[in-house]
Amino acid sequence: MLCHTTSALLAVLAILAVAFPIAAQDEITIALGADVTSADPHYHNLSPNNNLAAHIFDRLVHQDERQGLIPGLALSWRTIDDTTWEFHLRQGVRFHDGNPFDAQDIVATLKRAPNVPNSPSSFGLYTKAIKEVIVVDPYTVRLKTATPHALLPNDLSSIYVISRKAESASTADFNTGKATIGTGPFKLAEFVLKEKIVLTRNDNYWGPKPEWRRVTFKLITNDSARVAALLAGDVQMIENVSTPDIERLKANKDFALFSAVSNRVIYLHLDSNRDQPPFVTDKAGKPLAKNPLKDVRVRRAMSKAINRPAIVERIMSGAAIPAGQLLPEGFFGVSPNLKADAFDPAGARKLLAEAGYPDGFRVTLHSPNDRYVNDEQIAQAVAQMLTQAGIDTRVEAMPSAPFFTRATKLEFSLMLVGWGSGTGETSSPLRSLLATFDKDKGTGAANRGRYSNPKMDALVEQALVTVDDQKRAKLLAEASEVAMNDVGIIPLHYQVSFWGARKGLTYLPRADEYTLAHLVQKSKGN
Amino acid sequence: MTVFLIRRLLQSVAVLFVMSLIVFAGVYAIGNPVDILISPEADQGERERAIRALGLDLPLHQQYLVFLRKAVTGNLGESFVFSEPALGLILKRMPATLELALAAMVLAVVVGIPLGMWTGLYPGAPSSRTIMVGSILGFSLPTFWVGLMLIMVFAVMLGWLPSTGRGQTGTVLGVTSSIFTVDGLRHLVLPAFNLALFRIALIIRLTRAGVRETLLQDFVKYARAKGLRERRVIFVHVLKNILIPVLTVLGLELGGVIAFAVVTETIFAWPGMGKLLVDSFNHLDRPVIVAYLLLMVCMFIAINFLVDALYSVLDPRVRIVTRGT
Repeated sequence: MLCHTTSALLAVLAILAVAFPIAAQDEITIALGADVTSADPHYHNLSPNNNLAAHIFDRLVHQDERQGLIPGLALSWRTIDDTTWEFHLRQGVRFHDGNPFDAQDIVATLKRAPNVPNSPSSFGLYTKAIKEVIVVDPYTVRLKTATPHALLPNDLSSIYVISRKAESASTADFNTGKATIGTGPFKLAEFVLKEKIVLTRNDNYWGPKPEWRRVTFKLITNDSARVAALLAGDVQMIENVSTPDIERLKANKDFALFSAVSNRVIYLHLDSNRDQPPFVTDKAGKPLAKNPLKDVRVRRAMSKAINRPAIVERIMSGAAIPAGQLLPEGFFGVSPNLKADAFDPAGARKLLAEAGYPDGFRVTLHSPNDRYVNDEQIAQAVAQMLTQAGIDTRVEAMPSAPFFTRATKLEFSLMLVGWGSGTGETSSPLRSLLATFDKDKGTGAANRGRYSNPKMDALVEQALVTVDDQKRAKLLAEASEVAMNDVGIIPLHYQVSFWGARKGLTYLPRADEYTLAHLVQKSKGN
Repeated sequence: MTVFLIRRLLQSVAVLFVMSLIVFAGVYAIGNPVDILISPEADQGERERAIRALGLDLPLHQQYLVFLRKAVTGNLGESFVFSEPALGLILKRMPATLELALAAMVLAVVVGIPLGMWTGLYPGAPSSRTIMVGSILGFSLPTFWVGLMLIMVFAVMLGWLPSTGRGQTGTVLGVTSSIFTVDGLRHLVLPAFNLALFRIALIIRLTRAGVRETLLQDFVKYARAKGLRERRVIFVHVLKNILIPVLTVLGLELGGVIAFAVVTETIFAWPGMGKLLVDSFNHLDRPVIVAYLLLMVCMFIAINFLVDALYSVLDPRVRIVTRGT
């Protein structure tokens, strides 16, 4: 006969063992890898925030999985003249509180989006081209721009539409759920900062009905813990599977992996502007007569010295694609003639000798160590490859906070950075990374090497006012070719994003790295 | 006693003041939060608007004065990242950390002191030697690794316990905590053990040393000679005398556990203050960093004061000495 304490202990263990809440078939828990800072869709232009907003709110223009523009709350749009766009709105759409959607909500949205107080990164970026909003009728809106602005639909695909009732709502109102009324596939049930978000299905959604009645997003920022949660069954799907875990999940029959090339390119930015850039010296440590990075042959040599396939295979575990320009194949504005530089150390040394540096020189490569996938390891590999080609490279890695501050202050000459083109087309990197730095025009804001090529600038400027998609794509491709042939930056690879899920779930992977619960489906036959 | 209190209070205010100065200067030296927070696609005009919105366009000493002016009314500023009052953010997440910290400390005391006494009383026994080796491992294994191993073994391989997060909370007598629900306790076990491991090792060794030393004291010999039961000798006389160093360390560790349970909170996605602090450092969210560190300074001061007061209870030789009254 068991004594009392032992039987009590066994009873407790038995209760603990079965005290799982059984998850219903139409509920799903997904682990996200980055914190959502607010439920207010206009507060902070941050990927995780926009990811959440895409569940609760809609935009006028949506993006498909390749970031192509598709109708959202706007059924169609066209230009009436150079500076006027007309949008025909979807009818019969209702907000979560039952109120019908019409053009007045667009007016309220465009008024609120750029004006949220204390915004660390506002959506004014996307609304500043709009000079005037004209309501033609309840389902037709005209937007006038100051100058011809070809990217207006792209800009609008980043602005989430709120109800006119929430026009003067504060960010706190959105966080508590009071003002978080949208037209999207889910309603916000609970928002706990930095912990979890609970959504419930909007049964009156105008689009395809989501499969999940209840979605719980858990925020697990540590990569290993996130994979462990998937393996343990605490969550059914995760985003951003870290590179060491990809093989492990691939080999496990209980899980499926989904991957897509993202719009993020990892590249090297070089100071091709100053005559005496910091950290560039000869091999003895003495300053050089002129800046070697100004010579296109030196830049091309550096690009040839890098073994991109090796980085992709060994460091990124296959979760990358070697890059020869700013966006991968298939994206808007990409040139079919640009390929990633082949690994050619002999060619690199020849070019260096031609440029007048037969013995090479010395440079320091700066890199963040907590921002991009395997950033520090990539920097180490690149440094070793450059050193083997004759350019002695030292690596200095630091957290993002000091890195970006110092890089923006132009304290570095060679840095490893990444660029995610939120609009899914090449005008974004061309304009911000490679165009000449001009405060008034707003170009070259992230051009930390101060690269300047007037020919490319002209092409980009022309593209931005060319409304015809085909013509614009050609101009952007041409601009990419000009910039890449002149090695304005050295692209390394495009990141490939991986999502992991239990067998029985499928997800259409996206280039914008978003994890959208309404696109997670149960696979047929399960 | 009053003089002691007043002096302590003045010292505390001075420490808080110096702390806020150091943090301001330190965070300023690291970098500009706007460069981290702003969308890379933003242009120069947007960057300048963001700098103005966060109040960073003023010179540093002016920013500090603005902070001081608001701080004396209890407003420690709004987070750059979340646009919520910094103090509110921290206090909202404090219950979770306190829960974890107290669970860890209870584990440390409940496991550490008995094991430590055992090894002190029977140092040669094989069980004692095993415990001592175990304590070395407890010291040396990094919390990060132990946490991941616990998740691997108990959550992934055995499936007995959940891998991350905080469980459901229950309210008892107005206090909401996850220790009141079975689901909450299941979620608490692994992180609390992870956090407690180092402290258990510490307490075992401290208690053992204390017991070994106290057993040789004269009063123990006299107590035994007097005919007191062994139980009373150990649990009343020996235990009380070894508690002073243990209490000091517990006080320090309690403060450390509450303020800096970062690694455990990160691995187990525990929604506590420590994770908030580390993320704030990465984003240079100065209001939250300042508010957090000031709050923690207050907490350490309070804990130290409590420990000092407890000394005089435990050890009649120690009194809070007042001079000149």
